[in-house]
Amino acid sequence: MIIKGKVHKLGDDINTDDIIPAKYLVFTEARELGKHCLESIKPDFTGKVNPGDIIVAGKNFGCGSSREHAPLAIKGCGIRAVIAKSFAAIFFRNAINIGLPFLESEDAAQINEGDLLEIDLASGIIKNITQGKDYKTQPFPEFLQEIVQEGGLMNYIKNAKL
Amino acid sequence: MTIAEKILLAHTDKRDIKPGEFIEARIDLCLGNDITAPIAIQEFKKAGFKKVFDKNRIVLVPDHFAPAKDLRSANQCKILADFAREQKIKNYFEVGCMGIEHALLPEQKLVLPGDLVIGADSHTCTYGAMGCYSTGVGSTDLARAFVDGKCWLKVPATIKFIYKGRLNKWVGGKDLILFTIGNVGVDGALYKVMEFSGPVIRRLGMDDRFTISNMAIEAGARVGIIEPDEITLKYVKPSPRKYKVYRSDKGAVYEKIYEYDVSKLEPQVACPHLPSNVKLAAELGKIKLDQVVIGSCTNGRMSDLRIAGRLLKGKKIKPGLKLIVIPATQKIYLQAVKEGLAEIFVSAGGVFSTPTCGPCLGGHMGILTEGEVCLATTNRNFIGRMGSPKSFVYLSGPAVAAASALTGRITHPEEI
Repeated sequence: MIIKGKVHKLGDDINTDDIIPAKYLVFTEARELGKHCLESIKPDFTGKVNPGDIIVAGKNFGCGSSREHAPLAIKGCGIRAVIAKSFAAIFFRNAINIGLPFLESEDAAQINEGDLLEIDLASGIIKNITQGKDYKTQPFPEFLQEIVQEGGLMNYIKNAKL
Repeated sequence: MTIAEKILLAHTDKRDIKPGEFIEARIDLCLGNDITAPIAIQEFKKAGFKKVFDKNRIVLVPDHFAPAKDLRSANQCKILADFAREQKIKNYFEVGCMGIEHALLPEQKLVLPGDLVIGADSHTCTYGAMGCYSTGVGSTDLARAFVDGKCWLKVPATIKFIYKGRLNKWVGGKDLILFTIGNVGVDGALYKVMEFSGPVIRRLGMDDRFTISNMAIEAGARVGIIEPDEITLKYVKPSPRKYKVYRSDKGAVYEKIYEYDVSKLEPQVACPHLPSNVKLAAELGKIKLDQVVIGSCTNGRMSDLRIAGRLLKGKKIKPGLKLIVIPATQKIYLQAVKEGLAEIFVSAGGVFSTPTCGPCLGGHMGILTEGEVCLATTNRNFIGRMGSPKSFVYLSGPAVAAASALTGRITHPEEI
């Protein structure tokens, strides 16, 4: 799977309250949640996102609560993939389970706001088209890649692959 | 092997497991609440499934926005009630029986040592205090568990924390875990098991142990585990079903070992906007407060209310300050009434509420507006956690919280 998009840069320890505040947890649809993505810390964020864009963040992205509303909000506002130096454990599994592609990269800090990236999920290679650089990452184990490719865990289960 | 590895292995068909490996595990129990279960139920139905794998191994607790704070919350709670009825799930706790899930499940003995538990709530790591592998997952994980009682997991490595010495007066489980998170950072145990041990842990009662395990997630951990001992076994007696006690081997491999002498530890406070931003309560005497909250899955248990009651008895809180005390379960609520604690809190000028997660996550029952400062015995102080992105949340144990309610500023209980 190849993903190409423009970068929106975020810092370290972006938590799930930042991504979607609790007052919106009475909604369950990605599109509705997406309207409020990151509004507490970046009120103009959703207005700047074009469908297909990519978030690049620092360490411990998605720390805090288990709310699946967080990756849903990211997906719902048009973000196609997330790259971070590291991910919090529950966000990691939620992103896989809802089929939101993401990669862990030590090189996240080298990527700048507005850079154009091309990500190959199967090989784990991130091409920074703006800077003319390639970053290698560890691709996911095959079964996690398959869950993402199926569009999430429930499709995977329904097709009785587990 | 460590206790965590042994429990995971016992829930697979494998002969051996090692950290970093992905496994499919059989769970003993799964949990959802009014925020996470509606998505799980929606996904379960959307995928075309009709019947849950085992109606006795699912727990549904409407606690976050319940008693329903608005129309949409009422709808979410009703989704749980309807699903419980349809699937004949007996462990659904309606308002009136409901408590904050992570205080309620151990109290009701739905969780026992050696269990593998998943919950669609990050603080599911709380039950690790009973010597089980208990971890937070998302709504889709819960939906999948509804289908076949299984969960994919990556086996985490374990970090051991050893606490030595004797605790000072007014220092408890909350101070130990805040100190630890302050020391290792909010990702200091990312994707690891935190195993808490040492003579200080052995002398703590179950309430303090639950507080410690509860906040393991705030250091990024999957589980905060404590080996069962006679205190654990007494707590689960009489036990409704059989359970197995696991302990770490002498030669168990740990990724890292931290050893702390906590004899000189003083009450700790996490400052805005991270649980790792920890300072001494005594250093923060100039921080003026608009609100104090005593409650939550971290510190809403009987011993927390007793500590607060001891400091507030016969006194009045600072005029203009809002004190909100929230017992974690109905059983705790009733006990607090019987012991006269409810009267102490109300006479002091505080609010004594029905159990709810409420203000901890900015749900209801004490939302902060712009510029307001709150000291809470809860677990997170992220930007906007309790309301306005321009409000400020400090975290402490119940002793500092109660002392501070009397003075209107962050106060070491020794001052009272």
